[in-house]
Amino acid sequence: MPRYAMVVDTQRCVGCADCVVACKTENNVPDGFCRDWIVQDVTGVFPDLQMEIRSERCNHCENAPCVRSCPTGASYIEEGGIVLVDHDKCTGCKACIAACPYDARYVHPDGYVDKCTFCIHRVKEGLEPACVEVCPTQCLHFGDLADPNSEVSQLLKTRHYHTLIPEAGTEPKIFFLT
Amino acid sequence: MARELSRREFIKISSLGLGALSLGGGLWRALANEFSASTEEAIALTGFSEGLLQRTPTVCEICFWQCAGWVHTIDGKPWKIIGNENDPNSNGRLCPRGTGGLGAYLDNDRLKTPLIRTEVRGKQTFREATWEEALDYVAQKMKKIAEKHGPDCIALFTHGSGGVFFKHLLRAFGSNNIAAPSYAQCRGPREEAYLLTYGEGIGSPERTDIRDTKCLVLIGSHLGENMHNGQVQEFADAVANGATVITVDPRYSVAASKSKYWLPIRPGTDLALLLAWIHVIIEEELYDKDFVQKYTYGFDQLKAKVKKYTPEWAYPITTIKPDVIRKTAREMAWHKPATLIHPGRHVTWYGDDTQRVRAGAILNALLGNWGRRGGFYYPNKAEVPKYPYPPYPRFKWSWREAFADKYPLANLALANGICEATIPSASRDCSFKGWIVYGTNLMLTLPQPQKTIEAIQNLELLVAIDLMPAEITGWADVVLPECSYLERYDDLRILPGREPTIALRAPAFEPRFNSKPGWWIARELGLRLGLEKYFPWKNIEEYLETRLKAIGLSLKELKEKGVVKLPDRHPIYLDEGMEIEFDTPTGKIELYSTILESYGFDPIPKYTHHEEPPEGYYRLLYGRAPTHTFGRTTNNPLLTETMDENEVWVHTKVAKLHGIENGQYVVLVNQDGVRSNKIRAKVTERIRHDCVYMVHGFGHRDKRLKKAFLKGADDNALITRVHVDPIMGGTGMRVNFVTIEPADSAA
Repeated sequence: MPRYAMVVDTQRCVGCADCVVACKTENNVPDGFCRDWIVQDVTGVFPDLQMEIRSERCNHCENAPCVRSCPTGASYIEEGGIVLVDHDKCTGCKACIAACPYDARYVHPDGYVDKCTFCIHRVKEGLEPACVEVCPTQCLHFGDLADPNSEVSQLLKTRHYHTLIPEAGTEPKIFFLT
Repeated sequence: MARELSRREFIKISSLGLGALSLGGGLWRALANEFSASTEEAIALTGFSEGLLQRTPTVCEICFWQCAGWVHTIDGKPWKIIGNENDPNSNGRLCPRGTGGLGAYLDNDRLKTPLIRTEVRGKQTFREATWEEALDYVAQKMKKIAEKHGPDCIALFTHGSGGVFFKHLLRAFGSNNIAAPSYAQCRGPREEAYLLTYGEGIGSPERTDIRDTKCLVLIGSHLGENMHNGQVQEFADAVANGATVITVDPRYSVAASKSKYWLPIRPGTDLALLLAWIHVIIEEELYDKDFVQKYTYGFDQLKAKVKKYTPEWAYPITTIKPDVIRKTAREMAWHKPATLIHPGRHVTWYGDDTQRVRAGAILNALLGNWGRRGGFYYPNKAEVPKYPYPPYPRFKWSWREAFADKYPLANLALANGICEATIPSASRDCSFKGWIVYGTNLMLTLPQPQKTIEAIQNLELLVAIDLMPAEITGWADVVLPECSYLERYDDLRILPGREPTIALRAPAFEPRFNSKPGWWIARELGLRLGLEKYFPWKNIEEYLETRLKAIGLSLKELKEKGVVKLPDRHPIYLDEGMEIEFDTPTGKIELYSTILESYGFDPIPKYTHHEEPPEGYYRLLYGRAPTHTFGRTTNNPLLTETMDENEVWVHTKVAKLHGIENGQYVVLVNQDGVRSNKIRAKVTERIRHDCVYMVHGFGHRDKRLKKAFLKGADDNALITRVHVDPIMGGTGMRVNFVTIEPADSAA
């Protein structure tokens, strides 16, 4: 069974937000919301500064607090480890939003909770998520962690990386190469 | 979401979380309303579900890199735009603006029908007009001006693909007074500096071999924020390949964050640093001796001139320590010839810009990178014969005559010069009486907006052709709504690059509202002006077919492929030791410029001191954001989602001094007392204490731009003074100083 993951090369990322715009058109994300976003993480004082630029989204956690907290079973883990929301089962109670340490979810104006799907409709067709396909700096990589020869597995084997808020124990599947 | 972190910024470039507002519906709902389909139906269309998928080739018009892409539609309704895999400008990956290009088509604030200025009860207003009426009106006025003053007294300002048809119209009419602000307000000094030095310009896309460079030096170029697609892609490749990046910028830009060396220079002193680098490279004999000896002219004079420009001399001027200057110079030399001092793009900063850019050009020559991998390549460009038009009439009067002995080396018309020559003066026998403004918002583009307004008062005719109700349309007598690039054909895209290519823009949709393509507008005006023989083609398909036939291609083939690579090409690098004659008076790369000498300018760049801001004032710097192009995208419904207003970057200590907190609205007041619209302060460690920075293109004052109206501040309104480059007339705009006040809470 595949374990889909995304690897973000923060060395290459310039924070242009193309991933944000591409996701919005691909997935018809309503005005005022987005499923992915850019963070510029700055440390230090002038002139000794460092900055990590990250394209962030749902971490599709292996140990997903949103799924555990969902009272109706609308949030679930799909084959391949993709965390999804069944719009018909979702009542918009926001328990998952409170549980998610990454602020990855929002309430769609139509009343259900929405978030990144890893573009499962594309992945099923053998395509990459829209954000990966569009990225001009090619800083986004998508693939199967269960396959040791996949690009994402190889990148994690050969490069330094970190995940977000690992102390939350969520086992996120978005990895940031440094 | 924002967490409190000491000395740490945590910025989401998106509206998720932070006060996110549901504007109720999204793109598809907007569309659904537009096409009276239900939201559900529209939503069902997303993804690879049912529906007839179609794709149409396009060339992006959101910026001027002109990437080729495919417009995808489902059952004729817009879905998305993605890059064309065979396009060297995008390599199949558009930038966020290109991806958000549908927003240009979908924007409901677009100009909808021709407008004519009229007076109702003493108040000026626009009335809607038919195309017939508006075009007749313009043609009549043009004829009248030609009869009274001569056709040369009508000028064209142009920016964008459709401009080619208006240039043709104007020349056929008898005026060659055609200007683009992209020259004197942007990259003019760069082109002139490289022409003077190498006999060739840089062009666009730039001939910079960033992909293969080992050491990239950026002087204020903020690649990544300035999102010229192919260039940023190559920049990411260079960074990933471990190239040394040296960024000279008063601001910790995105590029600075990818750099081995960030040199936070005092603004206005870049030339001192460049001269000190040249000094080190020469004194330590780090230059490419064979290259310099074989290909350059004036090395000994250069050596003598830069002797005094030591790193110790440059230190108090630039605030860059001598050991850093030496270390970075040595690193550049170490990687030569695969070291590239980027020539910049928007370089009209301080009025000595041609000389500053020339110092970079000289440094490049010393490193021997011209025609070498990782330096500058020799671009290929498709050779397609022009449409066989009859010759144009003789032009009688040129804008240049208005400036007798000034700006002798301006190779293109100065947009600000035409503006100035519109204001009547005793010293000129003719002033401009008519302006045709195509696709350029002069109010946000030309510095010293007070002069632009004065010039406009003297016009007998001002026609604005635009997609959006940009501020300039509010000053026009006639407004002609052009359709977006997704609704029209344009001329072929033929740009320089590593390979010669041709790309096609074809319409993916019918024009919305009562808008028309530029080529149609130009032709209809031409016919009304009696210029039939200059418009022998009936429609643009016929025009394109004629051009394509000349090189054995057809419109049908190009529509299927979008981009065609042509076989004719020359090598992009020079062979070692090859004999070359440069197109300069000496036939060599002129370290010492004989042309500048003959016009009485410094043949070798000399450092000139620029005025520093007085106490309590800060130099106003401006730049770009990756999701916006000037002011033309700030109303785009897709792109405003990533950034709907600009911020003014203020150093932490400066903010404290003025009692400003992060995120607070402030007003900037310049040296002439001009006040900005309110703008949020970004209090940050990422900028020096003697300057402030904002992204250009915000603070629109035209109410018809509903999303952009009074969002953020307009840097151009604060640029009330310029320092003009005496060599080519470029307007140095980073010479304005501002102070900061908290915005009135009631404002």
